[in-house]
Amino acid sequence: MKLDMAIEELHRSENHLVTVLMSMSDKHKADHEVFYVTRDMAKWSREHVAELARIGRDFGLDLDPEASEDPGLLAGMKQRTSDLLGRRSTPGLLLLADLRHLYREAAGTSLDWEILAQSAQGAKEQELLDVAEKCHPESLRQARWANAHLKVASPQVIAS
Amino acid sequence: MATAMPRIDRIAEPWGTRTPYGPGETWPTRVDSHLADGLTEADVDRWVQSATILHSNGDALDIAVKDDRIVGVRGRAVDRVNHGRLGPKDLFGWQANNSPERLTKPLIRKRGKLVETDWDTAMNAVAGRCKELLEEQGPSAISFYTTGQLFLEEYYTLGLIAHGGIGTNHVDGNTRLCTATAAAALKETFACDGQPGSYTDIDSADVIALYGHNMAETQTVLWTRVLDRLAGPNPPKVVCVDPRETPVARAATVHLAPRPGTNVMLMNALLHEIIAHGWIDREYIEAHTVGFAELEKQMKAYTPEVAAEVCDVPAERIREAARILGQAERLLSTVLQGFYQAHQASAAAVSVNNINVIRGMLGKPGCGILQMNGQPTAENTREAGADGDLPAFRNWENDEHIADLARIWNIDPMEIPHYSPPTHIMQQLRYMEEGTIRFLYVTATNPAVSLPELARIREILAQERLFLVVQDIFLTETAQLADVVLPAATWGEKTGTFTNVDRTVHLSEKAVEPPGEARSDLDILIDFSHRLGLEDKDGQPLVKWTDAEGAFEGWKECSRGRPCDYSGMSYDKLRGGSGIQWPCNDEHPDGSERIYVDGQFWAHPDYCESYGRDMVTGAPVEETEYRALNPTGRAVLKAAEYVAPHELPSQEFPFQLTTGRTLYHFHTRTKTGRAPQLDAAAPEVWVEMSASDAADRKFAEGDLLEVSTPRGRVRARLRISGIRPGVLFLPFHYGYWDTKDGARPKKKEDSRAANELTLTDWDPVSKQPIFKTAAARVERVARSKGTPAAAPTTTGSAPVTGAVPPTVGGDSARVEELLGGQA
Repeated sequence: MKLDMAIEELHRSENHLVTVLMSMSDKHKADHEVFYVTRDMAKWSREHVAELARIGRDFGLDLDPEASEDPGLLAGMKQRTSDLLGRRSTPGLLLLADLRHLYREAAGTSLDWEILAQSAQGAKEQELLDVAEKCHPESLRQARWANAHLKVASPQVIAS
Repeated sequence: MATAMPRIDRIAEPWGTRTPYGPGETWPTRVDSHLADGLTEADVDRWVQSATILHSNGDALDIAVKDDRIVGVRGRAVDRVNHGRLGPKDLFGWQANNSPERLTKPLIRKRGKLVETDWDTAMNAVAGRCKELLEEQGPSAISFYTTGQLFLEEYYTLGLIAHGGIGTNHVDGNTRLCTATAAAALKETFACDGQPGSYTDIDSADVIALYGHNMAETQTVLWTRVLDRLAGPNPPKVVCVDPRETPVARAATVHLAPRPGTNVMLMNALLHEIIAHGWIDREYIEAHTVGFAELEKQMKAYTPEVAAEVCDVPAERIREAARILGQAERLLSTVLQGFYQAHQASAAAVSVNNINVIRGMLGKPGCGILQMNGQPTAENTREAGADGDLPAFRNWENDEHIADLARIWNIDPMEIPHYSPPTHIMQQLRYMEEGTIRFLYVTATNPAVSLPELARIREILAQERLFLVVQDIFLTETAQLADVVLPAATWGEKTGTFTNVDRTVHLSEKAVEPPGEARSDLDILIDFSHRLGLEDKDGQPLVKWTDAEGAFEGWKECSRGRPCDYSGMSYDKLRGGSGIQWPCNDEHPDGSERIYVDGQFWAHPDYCESYGRDMVTGAPVEETEYRALNPTGRAVLKAAEYVAPHELPSQEFPFQLTTGRTLYHFHTRTKTGRAPQLDAAAPEVWVEMSASDAADRKFAEGDLLEVSTPRGRVRARLRISGIRPGVLFLPFHYGYWDTKDGARPKKKEDSRAANELTLTDWDPVSKQPIFKTAAARVERVARSKGTPAAAPTTTGSAPVTGAVPPTVGGDSARVEELLGGQA
């Protein structure tokens, strides 16, 4: 049984996703929808980290229920930089790169949930399956948003 | 038969005389009329058919003309919408047409100043800059921002020019601030815009629920209809959700006043109760919906106790409201800005749809949903495609729809941008801010007062690198920032049609000539198109009409077979009688009072306007996903999780600021501020606070306060009103055109526009900006010394302390009401 390893790996990738989303939010503070939606979506990943830490105890794991995040100082600096650069068009390319990165991270995490859900079924671990069924759709929504926003943002960035 | 002709002060009594009636009866007629001082009907040269334009209700009226000037108005008794009644803004607002401040010549910026010029110079400058940018950058440099106050023919022409001719995706209307969420909520639940309600539902409903909808002030004649039901036998119960003690709240059976930003939590608790008690129509759900199991599952956690905590509303009152909604036999639900301009706007509005759908209360008398509009022609902005959507509710994700539209316009499908949703105004501004949109053409709206975070808006619009065209009837705050100003004709000076929220189409005919060289918006747009040389694929002019009726005929073809089908209408048919409800076609030549009868929707994947969006992230649902979810086109029940608002009160900013409107004004007061009776009823900005908050700070009625948020500050006199504690209210109408500053506050203490304070954030689904939750603090600048705030006493701003003199209009505000009258 390697369920503990799968949980630990997901805990790591959800943790990372919190960082990716919050860092992206701060970097694009001048892009209001990106700023707020990534923050709202980061809440999902924070909840997933807590859920995984809780269920991890049943599998002998001692995982931190709190996501590790950027210190506030760094976040503030990124936000100020975004406001300063927000009158130029070059950050558009950076936004596309970040959306692409987020899409890959979220899609990877979503696959990890797929693995966990399948394994939980195989091992007949109902509670673990419940956690996966609750969290998996939200990581899919994160990936879908990245994809959708890329579609919206790219024509103006590339064809201008 | 005429029974009386009293003259009523309609400033003091905005809703006029009661004509009570019972359930299922016809609303009695009452013909309201007002003529300029000293004139009687005998003096009038002619009456010209039209409808009202200073709100969204669509009340039919006739314009009185004497010596080729507008001299008054009279409600049309034969019309299904108002049965002769008019509201204060209609009775007095027409005077603004005759204002000496009207724009009469085009203006162009020369050495930093706007100077008068001729049409040829102005139009060549506009078309010239547009062509230059098209060559240099392409259509991504060009954007359009229109309104909810032009006519259908103008919107359709504008959409054709922008989408079919220029090929830009950057098209929006100020309907983004007003009814974007109405459209979005309908697209989520029914996969298509279009209102599943009729005003006659008021005649037979036994419960009327108003969600964030102060109908008494925003649609006075519709509220008059409700008041007449309330005064008659077997009156309906009224449920009101509003943080203020509005006239609706005062008339309500149950009033819920949630904390701003928590509407979804409250709606979820109502749904929880209705489902838990089984007050649902299982057969209807089974036959006509998808998504119920998920809704039921997700609503389980939202008990009234959980909501009571978050919304700060007693759990027992939530239960009582749910019981009334759940036991209603004929439920009419209406929604407006309290939901649309709030956090999680679409999710909250969709929840209202959910209640009617799971109760099976659609498509029969008394059972309807009115996702209201705020402006007179907002419905047309949406259906004709001037809000960026494609005309006649075509789906940008459906290639067949694009091909069909290209056939009608006789252009190549590739010419029509359909690679992503249209660029809404808040995103357009972002592109202007970063410099990739460089040409903005504004028609009939005033973003320099109406958009959030005004300091930022002014900075963007004033940029050298942005070419700003403003087409309007007055030199608004926005026009003062323009490179070219085009003087337009307005209501009464041009012909066209417009449609209200219950799908009633009215013809509005030209009564008088516009002032000076002002031209109709349609004429200006057609001129613009010709100067750009826009052509179809056979080299013929893209815009094939030269007048309003021609545009209407073009629109009829475009709408044929679509939900908003106008093909059975004509100007002749709209003349003389009542307005007509769409769809109107060969099958329904007299229009259709009800849609969605027997659970038949427009939601089939091949036909629908939209596949929907994620309720939290706003990401569009893909076609394959929608086909799997809803293959046969049923109503879609969408559950939404509650998400806390983004800007919460803090120690530094302990209040929640909400902005809104008053009965006597419309938009940024460009017309109502120039009608003496309306201006006098609400001459200055005020701020509302609850009695307990005022007492804690020893503030008194009329004290001069300064309200600040991280974005700015505004000074206003205090009105202690029935608003919930912890919340401040500012009316958004007041800008700077009638102050010594003109376009903007020169000194910080002169700031008075509520939008100096609001934040740049929007609902990811409808893209409607949030005006109802900003963290704010308040300080006293000066004591009142006995002068009360100049806020109306007849409305949501009614005082709860002290001796404030009542709002009256006096002799000049007396209006004739012909009860039971036939005009």
